[in-house]
Amino acid sequence: MKNPIVRVVLPAFVLLMTVAAPAWAEEAAQASAGAASIDTGDTAWVLTSAALVMLMTLPGLALFYGGLSRKKNVLSTIMFSFFTMVLISIQWALWGYSLAFGPDTGHIIGGLDWLGLKNVGLEPFSGYSATIPHQAFMIFQMMFAVITPALISGAFAERMRFPAFIAFILLWATFVYDPVAHWVWGVDGWLRNLGALDFAGGTVVHILSGVSGLIACLVLGKRKGYASEPMIPHNLPFTVLGSALLWFGWFGFNAGSALGANGLAAGAFVVTHLATAAAAFSWVVSEWIHHGKPTTLGAASGAVAGLVAITPASGFVEPLPAIIIGLVAGAACYVAVGVVKTRLGYDDALDAFGIHGIGGTWGALATGFFATTAVNPAGADGLFYGNPALLGKQLAAVGASWAVAVVGTFVILKIVGAFTRLCATDEEQDAGLDLTMHGEDAYTDFALSASPFSGAGASVVKSSASEMKPAL
Amino acid sequence: MTKIECILRPGKLENVKEAVNKFGIHGMTVTQVIGCGLQKGRTEVYRGTEYSINLLPKIKLEMVVPDKDVESVVKLIVEAARTGEIGDGKIFTYKIDNAVRIRTGEKGEEAI
Repeated sequence: MKNPIVRVVLPAFVLLMTVAAPAWAEEAAQASAGAASIDTGDTAWVLTSAALVMLMTLPGLALFYGGLSRKKNVLSTIMFSFFTMVLISIQWALWGYSLAFGPDTGHIIGGLDWLGLKNVGLEPFSGYSATIPHQAFMIFQMMFAVITPALISGAFAERMRFPAFIAFILLWATFVYDPVAHWVWGVDGWLRNLGALDFAGGTVVHILSGVSGLIACLVLGKRKGYASEPMIPHNLPFTVLGSALLWFGWFGFNAGSALGANGLAAGAFVVTHLATAAAAFSWVVSEWIHHGKPTTLGAASGAVAGLVAITPASGFVEPLPAIIIGLVAGAACYVAVGVVKTRLGYDDALDAFGIHGIGGTWGALATGFFATTAVNPAGADGLFYGNPALLGKQLAAVGASWAVAVVGTFVILKIVGAFTRLCATDEEQDAGLDLTMHGEDAYTDFALSASPFSGAGASVVKSSASEMKPAL
Repeated sequence: MTKIECILRPGKLENVKEAVNKFGIHGMTVTQVIGCGLQKGRTEVYRGTEYSINLLPKIKLEMVVPDKDVESVVKLIVEAARTGEIGDGKIFTYKIDNAVRIRTGEKGEEAI
């Protein structure tokens, strides 16, 4: 078997060079042209927001998921988030941004004019944001493109093999995320033209990732020992730290989606915070009634459910409706995760579907109930403000997102599965993915360094290449 | 010489240590262990799913004492570690052949 590095990385590098070279020349020309209409406050806020959204994936989501996994799989779980950042950042620059936001083709997909960030320069592109550099908009959107597939990894954590993960993530970003982002946000995308509202990505980010997670865990099957062995989070302080970083970063996600330092951003910031607090409250109260104890994990999970639910509504609703959206989200996601999942028996390891699928769907519908043009004249009134038509459009957006997530994920996994095994074997799962996929151990101090075996049990292997089994 | 090995509630370690220290025993080895006995375990809930935890955390404390002290030390440990509830632990005693202090080579009771 040829080394996977030669088979995968080398062609990718050649592709990168071919696509990127003309883009550099283009940017240099644009930079010298200058850009008069850039607003410094807006630009500062959007760049800051891009960094905040980056923080959501690394380390926020990595810690949130890492703490929920078992000790033997924590590195593998963190690596899913880390490597999604690595892969999708490059994918986005090479072709993802062009497919999602490039000049429209048939209301379905962006064209190829912006491949390798060609024509994506330092002056504003008024179709998306008239007051910030086009590249600021691009990098802000890149962080959304990164976190979405990383969210799915919660569903297949502790069992998906790393090579299959890489192939899945790249194909999924290209054939599921990029088109749907174009439908909802791209100039002339069909859902945007229809008038469906999604301020910061309830359909694009959360419904897509959550529903795709559900399909992924159904296709991959359950983890070995699911429902017979205890699968208990190994480090809840990690998870709480991760959820707090998600909460913090989400201000960039939602308030940053105003694409300016303005009143709309402030409004989105406030409703984001309120819905999150309300959802953490209602999750904890629900489980307190149901199981008798208010848990820290419940507070952390409820907060994320609230963040998910307010995302599509954050630029369109007032503070009090935001609290209602949060209260419903916390209770609904608790029931999905704590009751429905157990009844139906699917193994959504870290509850990507229960929180993002259910919370995202509720948020998209709630936008249809509570949106008001008093908050955002560019939006629309919802059902409770006398416009039932918006709810229909929201339902169309939800239905379309669910459909493309179900079909896209299923087909992509079947294709990837034809080339490489998707799921780790029982033996690999027993030993843990950290050792079998990555050849390392998160907590070496227990096994080696602080124990009497540090001298006798471990020794330096000079050339291990011949002994290591390639993962492919 | 006799080795006294006891399984204790984690919260009782300090009591026991203080009691045997007062008696004049300063050498001991402490290990964190998990195990089960008459105690039934407990239930933990994560995101609404209940898990029953059968193996509970305990402390294993080992020390070697001269034969003449065994009875009094065991009595001290029982007094210091008891709550009267299920789960207080157990004490085991074993005869020991020999002991060697590595630094000096001393043997037998001199070494403990």
